[in-house]
Amino acid sequence: MKIIHSDVLVIGGGLAGQRAAIAARRRGHEVIVLSLVPAKRSHSASAQGGMQAALANVIKGHGDNEDVHFADTVRGSDWGADQEVVRMFVHTAPKAVREMAAWGVPWSRVQAGDRQVVINGERVTITERESAQGLIAQRDFGGTKKWRTCHVSDGTGHALLYSVSDRVIAENIPVHERCEALSLIHADGQCHGAIVRNLISGELCAYLATATLIATGGAGRLYRVSTNAVINEGMGHALALDSGVACLGNMEAVQFHPTGIFPAGILVTEGSRGDGGLLRDAQGHRFMPDYEPEKRELASRDVVSRRMEQHIQAGHGATSRFGEHLWLDITLLGRQHIEHNLREVKEICAYFLGIDPAESWIPVRPAQHYTMGGVRTDARGAARGLSGLFAAGEAACWDLHGFNRLGGNSLAETVVAGMLVGEAIADFCDAAQPREQLPVGLARDCLRRENNKLAALMEGDGNENASALRSAMQQTMTRHVGIFRHGESLQRAVDELSGLIRRSRQIRVRSQAPGNNPELITAYRLQRMLRLAQCVAYGALLRSESRGAHYRADFPRRDDAHWLKRTLSRWPDREATLPQVEYEALDIGAMELPPGWRGYGQKNHIEHPDSARRETEIANLRQRLQGPALQDALLAFKQQLPPRYRGPNQRIDEDAS
Amino acid sequence: MTAVRELHFEILRCNPHDPADRPHVQQYQLPEADGMTLFIALNELRETQDPSLQFDFVCRAGICGSCAMLINGQPRLACRTLTSGLPDQITLAPLPGFELIGDLSVNTGKWMRGLSENLRAWLHADNLDPDLDALEARMEPQIAEAIYELDRCIECGCCIAACGRAQTNERFVGAVGLNKIGRFRLDPRDSRSDAAFLDLIGTEDGIFGCMSLLGCHDYCPKDLPLMTQLAFLRRKMLAQALQAE
Repeated sequence: MKIIHSDVLVIGGGLAGQRAAIAARRRGHEVIVLSLVPAKRSHSASAQGGMQAALANVIKGHGDNEDVHFADTVRGSDWGADQEVVRMFVHTAPKAVREMAAWGVPWSRVQAGDRQVVINGERVTITERESAQGLIAQRDFGGTKKWRTCHVSDGTGHALLYSVSDRVIAENIPVHERCEALSLIHADGQCHGAIVRNLISGELCAYLATATLIATGGAGRLYRVSTNAVINEGMGHALALDSGVACLGNMEAVQFHPTGIFPAGILVTEGSRGDGGLLRDAQGHRFMPDYEPEKRELASRDVVSRRMEQHIQAGHGATSRFGEHLWLDITLLGRQHIEHNLREVKEICAYFLGIDPAESWIPVRPAQHYTMGGVRTDARGAARGLSGLFAAGEAACWDLHGFNRLGGNSLAETVVAGMLVGEAIADFCDAAQPREQLPVGLARDCLRRENNKLAALMEGDGNENASALRSAMQQTMTRHVGIFRHGESLQRAVDELSGLIRRSRQIRVRSQAPGNNPELITAYRLQRMLRLAQCVAYGALLRSESRGAHYRADFPRRDDAHWLKRTLSRWPDREATLPQVEYEALDIGAMELPPGWRGYGQKNHIEHPDSARRETEIANLRQRLQGPALQDALLAFKQQLPPRYRGPNQRIDEDAS
Repeated sequence: MTAVRELHFEILRCNPHDPADRPHVQQYQLPEADGMTLFIALNELRETQDPSLQFDFVCRAGICGSCAMLINGQPRLACRTLTSGLPDQITLAPLPGFELIGDLSVNTGKWMRGLSENLRAWLHADNLDPDLDALEARMEPQIAEAIYELDRCIECGCCIAACGRAQTNERFVGAVGLNKIGRFRLDPRDSRSDAAFLDLIGTEDGIFGCMSLLGCHDYCPKDLPLMTQLAFLRRKMLAQALQAE
């Protein structure tokens, strides 16, 4: 048995994983990063639009600060987020953007003077300040009160991923590419690393580590139509779930992005609407102001996606040979703007649709985009249920996003979480007792178990085909666990998935070719994906309310009185076809922003009795206190941050006090 | 309604992990569908005809650079190649110049990491740990955009496959490497001088190995301005070399 040791094992080579790796390395720990693909090909590269951080450099960001970003994020989450985590995040995001600037990201910059922009369909002239010349620019995004999204044209994720990957190379951190963690090595509530399969040779080996980080991104491929890369199959989520002791939070919270190219589901950035693009129906009518007079095309993604589907259901969709869709119109932005600020959009339209978006409308329809649910951790990224296990980024639920993530908050989260959780991991390793004996026997047992599972797939006497089951799962999820959900169809989804889980135990891999064996990969991943899909469907069935992206046609109101709580799913019994579900209440008494109306979307939620009480408490505090003392009384968060990240963020219009 | 076209695929296959296997061409037939890309076609072949077929896709949107291969002899990104633009006969082969993993899958990641290490292709800034509370250092918007123009490289390997020099000298850093140097050279945050860059690329394996065949420029899927970049870099490096004489 081959064993590889390190202090820290990072599973996932995207932005969160690599930034965390750098943090731990700089604190003197030995780090190995595992990545399914070359690290620079991670799905982080596909994030186009930008990274939210309250820098307030552009004139339309004037007056922005952490408080505004905080409120936007909590409202966006439909009060599902952990407000302490949101505070930590909005405070660190400006530092993350500035650090990335120092590491080489070519952020788009402010040009002082007049410029023409499109706002609400009108061409207007705005004037950028001389004092902002050459500082990092922000664009508008959905669900935000200020222009806050820092960007590199529309290739922000690519530019960030390359700068961070280059730092990983510069700091000599090994990235074991084309390696896949199959299971965690754990015993007695302690995680010791993972069993890993080499995706070139097919060989298994054990990676032993003091701390293990899951930073594997989302699980979009549970659905048939997703903007996600094909590698986003939730395998990190599955590592935690399959441990039987760690748990997943809010898996029913799935985001659908309004503008997936129809029908392929390839993403067109929210930046196209942020920069002034409009949504139109079959008649060319701009319909969003009819539904959402406050934020129009720039309401939060859950709201815009729902309105689009509603509009299609009302018979206003354009038809094509693939089905119905709507139009995204960015022609009004002009060729100059598109060729400089929306280059990826232009390229995608040219290659996949054969159109020029400066002249033609883009066919779009909402597509699965983001997994708000993830490995449940505390505010420092430590997983619940397994000491030594951490999670960060889309794979985690420290709970920044609640039931709906704002555009631009995920890219920001990857870097911020990498910074913060990386420090927490370093602290954990510093405090760890030097080991007298490595758990080699345990590793050997785990490796044997994984080998047996693979052998069962290769040599079993079943007759099921993994690809066929996978298509059936994706069909079920897209049909029954999509944007509009209903108890009856969710029950059907749960039943179908239970059936698929049972059938997946009879998978037989036909190809016996040595090496990575793509059919075997599909088979073992599908078994894991089905359990995740069931967590999504079952959680959605149980949650009898509508919150954020989780919309129940049979329970259309947000119900704070009964459902202000987080879903936790565990899967301790391998023979089961359902997860064990429990709930974790959110404490209104600890909230800085008690539940209310979001400022867009439905205005009909069911109040929790504590909300009004907390409002009164907060009003009193605001009268008595101000500044840092007020913040500490409302929601103290700085003690959770590493000391180096506690300072106030300077902005051009504010004193650095 | 036109008749559905039958596509004839010829795929160059080899599994280096199977000692009995030798490189061979395998034929497949597949009915074309509306909007079909090679991403869709290859996945359909694997799901319905041959589960052992190896290839790499990640983003399937032309962004990540995973799926470069020879398509009817030309290096291109398979994910954004529509079959409607190809003849009935489609020949696919792995990208030349890289270690073969199996069939159409090659190890560009390993090659690119080696390149970055050799060329020290990361930002060499004086201060990587600035005061993160303070305003960021300013940069002219045009400079930022010019850096991004070169930063758009996705390390797909098309320029290496299309390069006569890279195919005859495996140490040649190719347009991907030279473009990286051009990118950091342009960046005011990078503290290195032309003398330092000359040390890295002032050889036959670097800028002076380029024969100006410009296959890189013709086949770059991101339309990077490689022709002007390489010419510019050669002039600057030559000037530096002459000055040092």
